Amino acid sequence: MNGESPEQPRIGRDEWVASAAERRARTVASRVQDVVEGTPAAVKLVAFALPFAVFPLLVESDYLMQVGIDTLIFVLLALGLNVAVGWVGLLDLGFVAFFGLGAYLYAALASEYAGRDWEAQLAIPLIAVAVAATGFLVGLPSRRLVGDYLAIVTLFFLQMWLVVLINASFTRGPNGISDILPLEFFGRSVTSLDGYFYVALVAFVAIVSVLYLLNQSRTGRAWRALREDELAAELMTMPVNRLKLMAFAVGAGVAGVTGAIFAPVQGAVFPASFDLVLLITLYAMVVLGGAGSLVGVTVGAVLINASLEALRDPSDASWLFYGVVVVALLVMLRPRWLPPVVLGGTIVFGLVAHELAQQWRPSLVAGAPFGEARIDELVESWVLLPENLVTPDGLPTGAMGRLAYIGLIAAVLGLTLVRSRLWRSVGLVPVLYLAACVWENMLLAQPAVARFVLIGAMLVALMAVRPQGLFGRQRVEFA
Amino acid sequence: MTETTAPLLEVRGLSLSFGGLRVLDDLDVVVGEREIVSVIGPNGAGKTTLFNVVTGIYPPDEGEILFEARSILGLDPHQIARRGVCRTFQTLRLFLNMTVKENVMAAAYGHTRAGVVRSVLRTRGMRREEREIERLAEERLGFFGDRLVGYRWKQPAYSLSYANRRRLEIARATAAKPRLLLLDEPAAGMNPVETQEMTELIGRLREEGGYTILVIEHDMHVVEGISDRVVALDHGVKIAEGTFDEVATDPRVVEAYLGTSEAKRA
Amino acid sequence: MDWDKLVQLLVNGVTLGSVYALVALGFSMVYGILKLLNLAHGDVLMVGAFIGWGILGWLGGAQDPSVAVWLLLVLMVLAAMAGCGVLGVAIERFAYRPLRRAPRIAPLISALGVSFFIQNTVLLLYGANFRSYDTVDLVDVEVGIHWGPLNVWVIRLVVIGAALVMMVGLWLLVTRTKLGKAMRATAFDREAAAMMGIDVDRVIVKTFFIGSALAGAAGVLVGLVFGQINHFMGFNYGLKGFTAAVVGGIGSIPGAMFGGLFIGLADAFSVGYIEDFTRGRLGSAFSDLVLFLILIVFMLVRPQGIFGKPEVKKV
Repeated sequence: MNGESPEQPRIGRDEWVASAAERRARTVASRVQDVVEGTPAAVKLVAFALPFAVFPLLVESDYLMQVGIDTLIFVLLALGLNVAVGWVGLLDLGFVAFFGLGAYLYAALASEYAGRDWEAQLAIPLIAVAVAATGFLVGLPSRRLVGDYLAIVTLFFLQMWLVVLINASFTRGPNGISDILPLEFFGRSVTSLDGYFYVALVAFVAIVSVLYLLNQSRTGRAWRALREDELAAELMTMPVNRLKLMAFAVGAGVAGVTGAIFAPVQGAVFPASFDLVLLITLYAMVVLGGAGSLVGVTVGAVLINASLEALRDPSDASWLFYGVVVVALLVMLRPRWLPPVVLGGTIVFGLVAHELAQQWRPSLVAGAPFGEARIDELVESWVLLPENLVTPDGLPTGAMGRLAYIGLIAAVLGLTLVRSRLWRSVGLVPVLYLAACVWENMLLAQPAVARFVLIGAMLVALMAVRPQGLFGRQRVEFA
Repeated sequence: MTETTAPLLEVRGLSLSFGGLRVLDDLDVVVGEREIVSVIGPNGAGKTTLFNVVTGIYPPDEGEILFEARSILGLDPHQIARRGVCRTFQTLRLFLNMTVKENVMAAAYGHTRAGVVRSVLRTRGMRREEREIERLAEERLGFFGDRLVGYRWKQPAYSLSYANRRRLEIARATAAKPRLLLLDEPAAGMNPVETQEMTELIGRLREEGGYTILVIEHDMHVVEGISDRVVALDHGVKIAEGTFDEVATDPRVVEAYLGTSEAKRA
Repeated sequence: MDWDKLVQLLVNGVTLGSVYALVALGFSMVYGILKLLNLAHGDVLMVGAFIGWGILGWLGGAQDPSVAVWLLLVLMVLAAMAGCGVLGVAIERFAYRPLRRAPRIAPLISALGVSFFIQNTVLLLYGANFRSYDTVDLVDVEVGIHWGPLNVWVIRLVVIGAALVMMVGLWLLVTRTKLGKAMRATAFDREAAAMMGIDVDRVIVKTFFIGSALAGAAGVLVGLVFGQINHFMGFNYGLKGFTAAVVGGIGSIPGAMFGGLFIGLADAFSVGYIEDFTRGRLGSAFSDLVLFLILIVFMLVRPQGIFGKPEVKKV
């Protein structure tokens, strides 16, 4: 460690501490982080918003426009969740209920079912305030609750919300409310997808700016202090309970506004849209991007939503899967020559396995692949594709598929326990091959479910390995 | 010690038990304006608990606490802090992942007013307030010479050395503009040079800052160097009070620290 | 006064309560030792239910079991306990242990990921359709106690009995064995326990194993009584099991048992009477609202639960 300085050792002297920043800047990741943090906020906002602004002009298909709108909706939700979870460190598991409340409130204000047609410039602010107030109320129990208890209370609240939605007569149950009127600003209705895209984009710019300004004020400082040490913050004049309630309210307000945009875009609202799956997907976005970082959660939302879309489509999914695996190997394996060796070994291993199977148990390679991408055609003669492993719907027909899957999980987990780098690299080869086989045979067969399996796994791995996500700062807890 | 005005802090008959353990027993403590009073006693005597009760962390079972002649019993800790009572901690409690300057700026919350709306709109009042907060933080940090200035402002608090962390905690406490400072073992873990510095610092806090200071300390050199008065506690009971010399030679104090047979020999 | 209904609800309540108690025990034990809320606990129960169902199918199915019924039930429960115990240990090792020194919110988020992963794995491997235990084919509905208004199917008795046996066993373990003493010591003060020579990691692993095994058993019992299982059933039991643990006093074993019974009865009675009580405004689907209110009241008024001791912050 002393080798960096040609003069006398600097340990213990103030300048060594001061140069800590330079030393940290060595890794690529932190250099990127420093660049990102160094650019002024306004520049970052423009840099992000500009591509989105021209997106509708470049894109023809309705499908892609819808994906774009969904992405913005997710970004808004991630920003809202970030307030309580990222900035204050409160686990709000009921967040999705605020989103739903905003959507249903809009339905109550502008749908044929409700018989009302409020204009958006009245409806949206009203909804924002109403949902924020609800967030405040839901946060009230947080005054006495430690983080874990708050999680359960908010989760229960979400459950209650869903029960009411599904069973109360005025919410029209599981079928939801489907005759929602489009957004109308000062007499002009928004009717096209492009229009809604721009509405969402404007909402994003407005909300992220508001959140940024709020964070750079005494409130944001107090939130951060509260997250660091709640007791010390309270003793340093900060009204901790009130701050927590504010965080809940602000996050809920953002979710409410997003719901009010979501409802007219969809044209309808159903309880099923506001469920636990959405909640955990949002948490994955926030954690991946970096809880506490506006840039981070935005990027996290975009990445995950894009991945979810890609994984939905058999002709794109495999590119993402194999791509991520290769990138992960490149990032995590040292020295630099190891990843190609492991990949090469895996390819050879697979070819050998395929050949052996062809000779001795042809039924193991007689099946048809589910993937439709170019890469799936390539691997067809590489992975084992047993006949009738799964039904056409993707359900495993017997024990082999299930055992292979469970075996893969056990193998991956076991691999993390192996100490010696040599054996870990050696073990990677069959495990990678097995992963490819499971992917081609089982995950691709049910892409909708596979996406969520991967998100769950990613969340766990992320928390264990890099809890600050992509753009968060590594936090010191006890120093 | 002459008091022509009411004492700044008055604790009367304070009692607190945790389960069966009596931690504070009918305690009376009075601190006059601009006094420096040290609280000493063996471990477990109730010194930090006294601080915790005064700052509102635990409610006492019995007793009264008056600050500036008004009762602060039952108030939330942040309200007490705003009234003018601020403290440091025996085991440091900094906001580790925030910068040095931010740590100090955060404590200015209590005497500032910009709300959510004004913050978002960046009104002139809010911006002026932010500048003042920043200036205040720089000034408070500057109290410690150039240890916590310059490039240090932007460093995360976890990068500071131990002694600097103690100083930062004091700076943070003073940023809340208190009238009464409660310092809990400010010199703990410091070497003799740093301890001497801390002794001078506490004196300067009173002279230059006008603070009234209540200090818990184990290091008798510090106690001797700073105190107008010393209060000695043992098992939650006040066993002696007076000047340093009076208390240091009080047989009950010696017995509390050293045990009975030693006291007999002395 | 509809006595038949009352008695039936009572029986339902005790049956449910037995299950909730088993789940609550798992929550309480883990929380006592790690101060961690295992949000994935409900999904462990679900896996147990599926393991039981798997064993049932493997041994011939409810229509034509290849072994005696009692043996079949025992095997199902034991297999579920073993499998879920291992699952619990794996969850602790890979999702929670890396986060021992992280802030409290981190393992909770990890638990969300684990829960999501397990639910969707079961969905992937077994599909979304409900799977049935077909217990009525296994044991005729008429078999049981029929005494006045009391009509109890023997399977419910089995559930209550099995739960009781396990709870007694656990109580004996915690109070009479060395492991139990080590568990109590670790829950009280982890560092001090380590310094006294207790292998804290081992104790934690064993605690997770036992707690998860209980949840697995509960899963089989649920399958037997209610017949239908699917990948999402864990959520509800987890939530209610946690409520039971809080009401009883989290970290306390008698508390979990009592809380389970209390919440089970509250659940059964609110399902049974809520329509009458609210004059038809709220249907039985809203019964969870009652439980939610109970939870909120306890958290605000007596967060330590009935058997718990108020936690004193050391500053």
